[in-house]
Amino acid sequence: MKKSLPILILLILLAVLPHIGVSSYIMHILVLVIIYSMIGMAWNLLGGFCGQVSFGHAAYFGVGAYTAGILYSKLGLSAWWGLPLSIIVVTALSLLIGSICLRLRGPYFALGTLAMGEVLRVTAENLVKFTGGDVGILLRERTWVGKTWYYYIILLLAIGTYLLVKKVIESKLGYYFVAIREDQDAAESMGIDTTLYKTIALCLSGAITGMAGAFYTNYMGYIDPKVVFNLHDISIVTIMVVMVGGVATYWGPTIGAIIMVFLAEIIRSNPGLGAAHQTLFGILLIFIIIFLPNGIVGDFPKLRRLLRLGGTPT
Amino acid sequence: MAVQIELFLQTLIAGILLGGLYALIGIGMTLIMGVMKIINLAHGELMMVAMYISFWLFTLLHIDPYISVFIAGPALFFLGIGLQKFLINPVLRVESILPENQVILTVGIGMVLANLATIFFTSNYRSTPVDYATKAFYLTDFWKDAPIELSLSMAWSLSFLIAVAITLLLWFFLTRTDTGKSIRATAQDLDAALLMGVNVRRMRVVTFGIGCALVGAAGCLFLPIYYLFPSLGGQFTLIAFVITILGGLGSTNGAIIGGIILGVFESMTATYLGMGWAPVGRFLIFVAALVFLPGGVASLIRSKKLGK
Repeated sequence: MKKSLPILILLILLAVLPHIGVSSYIMHILVLVIIYSMIGMAWNLLGGFCGQVSFGHAAYFGVGAYTAGILYSKLGLSAWWGLPLSIIVVTALSLLIGSICLRLRGPYFALGTLAMGEVLRVTAENLVKFTGGDVGILLRERTWVGKTWYYYIILLLAIGTYLLVKKVIESKLGYYFVAIREDQDAAESMGIDTTLYKTIALCLSGAITGMAGAFYTNYMGYIDPKVVFNLHDISIVTIMVVMVGGVATYWGPTIGAIIMVFLAEIIRSNPGLGAAHQTLFGILLIFIIIFLPNGIVGDFPKLRRLLRLGGTPT
Repeated sequence: MAVQIELFLQTLIAGILLGGLYALIGIGMTLIMGVMKIINLAHGELMMVAMYISFWLFTLLHIDPYISVFIAGPALFFLGIGLQKFLINPVLRVESILPENQVILTVGIGMVLANLATIFFTSNYRSTPVDYATKAFYLTDFWKDAPIELSLSMAWSLSFLIAVAITLLLWFFLTRTDTGKSIRATAQDLDAALLMGVNVRRMRVVTFGIGCALVGAAGCLFLPIYYLFPSLGGQFTLIAFVITILGGLGSTNGAIIGGIILGVFESMTATYLGMGWAPVGRFLIFVAALVFLPGGVASLIRSKKLGK
């Protein structure tokens, strides 16, 4: 009971947040934080726990977003159907990408996925009949004007993701994932079918990211290939969210998402710094990798020692 | 029919010329990959830096881009050494969960370089208006009654020839000099090289420098025939990576063949399918290489040699 009390308080706080007069701008930022923390958790499942660093999560995000968008623009259905459907579509895509990229290991896998993300972006730009090309897809009517319901839906999805990740990592599957990350050959020789489990991790991670993408279409009401397949704003920011927050931790992606989204907003709203936002992100990334390689949550003891908050180190 | 053949041959020539330059970019990456076992995702951005050096040398001092190869190349060599010493080496020593940290680090370096270029030089498209850019050789100049007409742009062929010369020089360096041999030894077996008294740490630094210098030279050669803008790096990083996969990881000969295959394939897709599809052709080849030829061209060369 003692342990679950802070979480209960946090949940209640999050639930009443839209009703205490928070401005629409802050709500938008919160929704973004939750979207990024959801993608971050998905990335963490594959990258942090299973050790397969992906540079191409924009591929799943974008395909999820376009699943919802095309349902609306070509079939005339509500874009909300994209949420369940994107799970199927993106899982199929993950199987395909996995069958190609999981032949590679380590950094080569990373680059392979990066290439996949780019190829999907170029495809979406060129398949004008299907995706509308660079013009993108615009949802003519939005479900709600306010942001409250969007907030609740994405919050629910993110909590579901958190529970799923926790459940998976605490099960046998999670141990397999960590074994693969630590030493793939050793895992293989212990009788773990590494290809199968890496594919499972990739599919889970992809499906969650795809759902976030489908939600994004509904929330923003407009998508185009340059936004949803963006290498920097989706794939690399996702990696940064996890790196900053903490690799292979449950709360890392959420902490990272809060820091990254707020940082991005502060930098962008400052006219002097706005143009330099990628430089500052890059420097932050370099700094984190050199000094806090396991992120804020992962290196928390180290951080506390550095700031001399923890008293005497044990 | 003659028109068809003409188009095909013209595309083929353009592809080979492009491939020669691609090979130079690919060799830089494959050297770094072979010796240091890391992927340099800032490769294209380093090329962009060299292109800006060359561009400003041309605009302010009227130095021809082909001459600035010898200025930008060394400049990039020292930039590479600096990056390796002060950023990449410290990360190699840090304990972390993910060994891919170095790759992510090079992403960070690339982001900073691209963004700084945008801030200082704006995101305008630039090019160097060299006077020979529009000159070309024509087949009918040499052979009066040729049944088909082919042209060869002067800038393209010059770039190609210099790229070939640099590649030959590099080959000479790697096979004939002590430093070159030490680099190859480090790439083949790090521990054995260490036991043979090779200063592995220094070889790493030198290799990173050479890799950067090569891509810098390639940047100068691209400048007269291509546009320059701050975000062009990402696309060339991907090209370099596709070449190294195609050629076989860490293989220099493979990178040359891979570069030419990619160049020809790209110019074919651009001619017959449309410009927008050229990047997709690039990745189709990448996927095909991974699925059907995981070891790259290098594995083919090797199996031929062993078969004898």
